[in-house]
Amino acid sequence: MRKITYIDAMNEALHEEMQRDENVFVIGEDVDIDGGVWNECYKLMETFGKQRVVGTPISESAFSGLAAGAAMCGLRPVLEFMYMDFVGVAMDQLCNQIAKLHIMSGGQVKIPVTIRMCGTGTGSREAAQHSQSLEAWFAHIPGFKVVMPATAKDSKGLLKAAIRDDSPVIFIENRNLYYEKEPVPEGEFIVPIGQGEIVREGTDVTVVAVAYSRHKVLKALEMTEASVELIDPRTVDPLDMPLILDSLAKTGKLLVVQEATSECGIGAEIVRQVVEKGFDYLDCPPVVLGGKNIPTPFSAPLEDHVLPQVEDIAEKITAFAKYQI
Amino acid sequence: MIKKYYKRMLTIRYFEERIKQMYRGGEFFGAIHLYIGQEAIAVGLCSQLSDNDYVFSTHRGHGHYLAKTHDTKGAIAELFGKETGCSHGYGGSMHMFNPLKGFMGGNGIVGGGIPLALGAAFSAQYRGTNEVSVVFFGEGASNQGTFHESLNLAALKKLPLIAVCENNRYAATTPVALSTSDEDITKRADAYGIKSLSVNGNDLTEVIAAAKKAVKHVRSGNGPFLLDCKTYRVEPHCGIIADKRPEDELAQWQKPENDPLNCYQAQHPKELNSATVAALETDVKYEIEEAVEFARASSFPKVENFIKEFAVQ
Repeated sequence: MRKITYIDAMNEALHEEMQRDENVFVIGEDVDIDGGVWNECYKLMETFGKQRVVGTPISESAFSGLAAGAAMCGLRPVLEFMYMDFVGVAMDQLCNQIAKLHIMSGGQVKIPVTIRMCGTGTGSREAAQHSQSLEAWFAHIPGFKVVMPATAKDSKGLLKAAIRDDSPVIFIENRNLYYEKEPVPEGEFIVPIGQGEIVREGTDVTVVAVAYSRHKVLKALEMTEASVELIDPRTVDPLDMPLILDSLAKTGKLLVVQEATSECGIGAEIVRQVVEKGFDYLDCPPVVLGGKNIPTPFSAPLEDHVLPQVEDIAEKITAFAKYQI
Repeated sequence: MIKKYYKRMLTIRYFEERIKQMYRGGEFFGAIHLYIGQEAIAVGLCSQLSDNDYVFSTHRGHGHYLAKTHDTKGAIAELFGKETGCSHGYGGSMHMFNPLKGFMGGNGIVGGGIPLALGAAFSAQYRGTNEVSVVFFGEGASNQGTFHESLNLAALKKLPLIAVCENNRYAATTPVALSTSDEDITKRADAYGIKSLSVNGNDLTEVIAAAKKAVKHVRSGNGPFLLDCKTYRVEPHCGIIADKRPEDELAQWQKPENDPLNCYQAQHPKELNSATVAALETDVKYEIEEAVEFARASSFPKVENFIKEFAVQ
C-alpha cells in the first residue's frame, strides 16, 4: 500500500469531499495562504477558489458562528482552529450555539459542521497554552461527536465521515503525527464514527489508548512480555464500548492511556462505563494513566514528568500482567 | 399598508400583554422577555423582507418572530411547550424557530446570534442569491466580542448583513450610561467602515425608511449595514424580575407620543381613525384568543418521539 502523511491524507479527504459536494467549504485562519500553517490546506485555494477556502481574521467566535449559520442554511463547513488550545475564545459559539441549535429548533435545522482542532499534542515543548488535550470538554457537552484519529488512514477516513455527518463533529488532530508517512488506501473509503479498532490482539491486559498514546503504547509493548490487547477507540464520543467490553471479558484488566489530565477525562468516562456495564469482567481495579493535574510546563524534563512516557506505560502494563486475583 | 403595519404592531402588543397575564397566572413557565414598546423596530425591518431573507433574534424575540412569520398560534403553543409550537416544544420563549419563513431562531446568549447571522449572510453570497440576513440585538450586546468580530468580518467579506441594534437603554438592569462608553452605536459601525443610520426606533415611519435604505444597500452587494434604533424597554428585563427605574424616566417613555402605536396612529389620522383602530383591535384580540385556545388544546410532545428522533440514551 502507498504511504502518505497524516496531513496529506486529510488534505486528500478535503479535496475529494469538496469535489464531491459543492456545499463543502473550508474556513479558518490562514487557510487561504500557502496552504495553511500546517500545510493542511495545500492547493485547496488554487483548486476551489476563495469563496470556498475562506481565510479569516483571528476572530474565532465570529468564524465559528459563521460556520454554524451557514450550516443552518444548507452548507457543510469545515471549520479550523489553528491549535485546539485557541478554542477557549469561541466556546459559546461551539457549546451554546453549534451543539444546541439542532435540538432547540425541534430538529428543524441541522448543523453539519466539522470542527478541525489542528495542532493538538504534547512533547514538542510548546508550554501550557499549546499543549492541551481538551477532548473531554466536548465529550461532556451533548450535541457533539468527538473523533481523534491516530493514524494517517484514520485521519482521512474519519475526516470524510465527519464532513458527511449531519451533526457537528469535533475532529482532533495530533501534530506529532502530521508528517509521518503511513499506509493509506487509495480512493474512496470511510472510517465510521463510533467504531474503535483492535490494534493488536492479546490476552493479559486490555489497553485503551487515546490518539497519540496509541503510538506510545506500541513502543511500550517492545519493552514488556505481557500479552496486550491494544484498542484505539478512534472516536471518544460516542465510545465503542462493546469493543472494549468484549476485550475485557477476555483479559479482565483495563488500562487507559491518554495525554489529557486524568481528572474527568475520557479515561474516567471509559472506567465509569466499564464499572456500570462490565463490573463482573474486572479482575483488578481499572487504571487511567494520563497527564498530571497541572498546566504543562515548558522545560523538557518538566513536560516529560507531567505526561505518561513510554517507560511509565511499559511499567504499568508489566505490573498489571503480573497482578493475580 | 398603513393598516397592515399598524395591525402587526398591535398583534405584538396584544400578544405580549396576553402572555404576561397568562404567565403571571401560572399558565406556563420559563423565562419571558417582553417586547412591549419596541414593536416598530421588528415590524419596520420585517416589512422590507421576504420569506427567503433571514432573521436572527434575541432572548427578547417574540416581536421579531411575529413580525417575520405572522404565526401567532405557533408562538403561543411554543411558550406552552406544546408539540404544535414553532419549535415543537423544544425551544420555548428564547428559541422560537421557523426556518421555512426565514426565522432562524432566538438566542439565550446576549450577542450569540450575531455570528450566526453572519453565516446566513455568507451562505447567501456563497450560493449567489440576493438574500439578506438581519440580526437583532441590544446595546448590551454591542459590548460583546461577537459584535465587533462579526462587524469586522462582515465588512471584510462584504457580506449581506443588516445589524439592527435595538438600543432600549437597559442591559438587564444596567442602564446604557453605565455599560456603553458612547451610546451612539453608529460610531462602532464607522470604526469598521460600515454604513449606518441612527433612527427613532419608536417611529415606524422612520424605521421603515431606514430599513428600505439598509435592505437596498445590502441587497445590491455593497456589504453590511448597521441600524441604531433608539427605543425603550417599557417592561422589566424578565417576566419575574422586578426592576427599579426612575419614575420620571418611565413616565416620559410611556407618554402617548413615545408609544410606537400611538405615534403611528397620530401620523395617519385618516387611515387609522378610531373606528378602524377599534375594528383592528377586535380582530387582533380574536386572533390571539384563537391562538391561546389552539395552544391549550394542543398536546405536549411525546417522550417516545423525543427518544426516537434525537437518539436519547
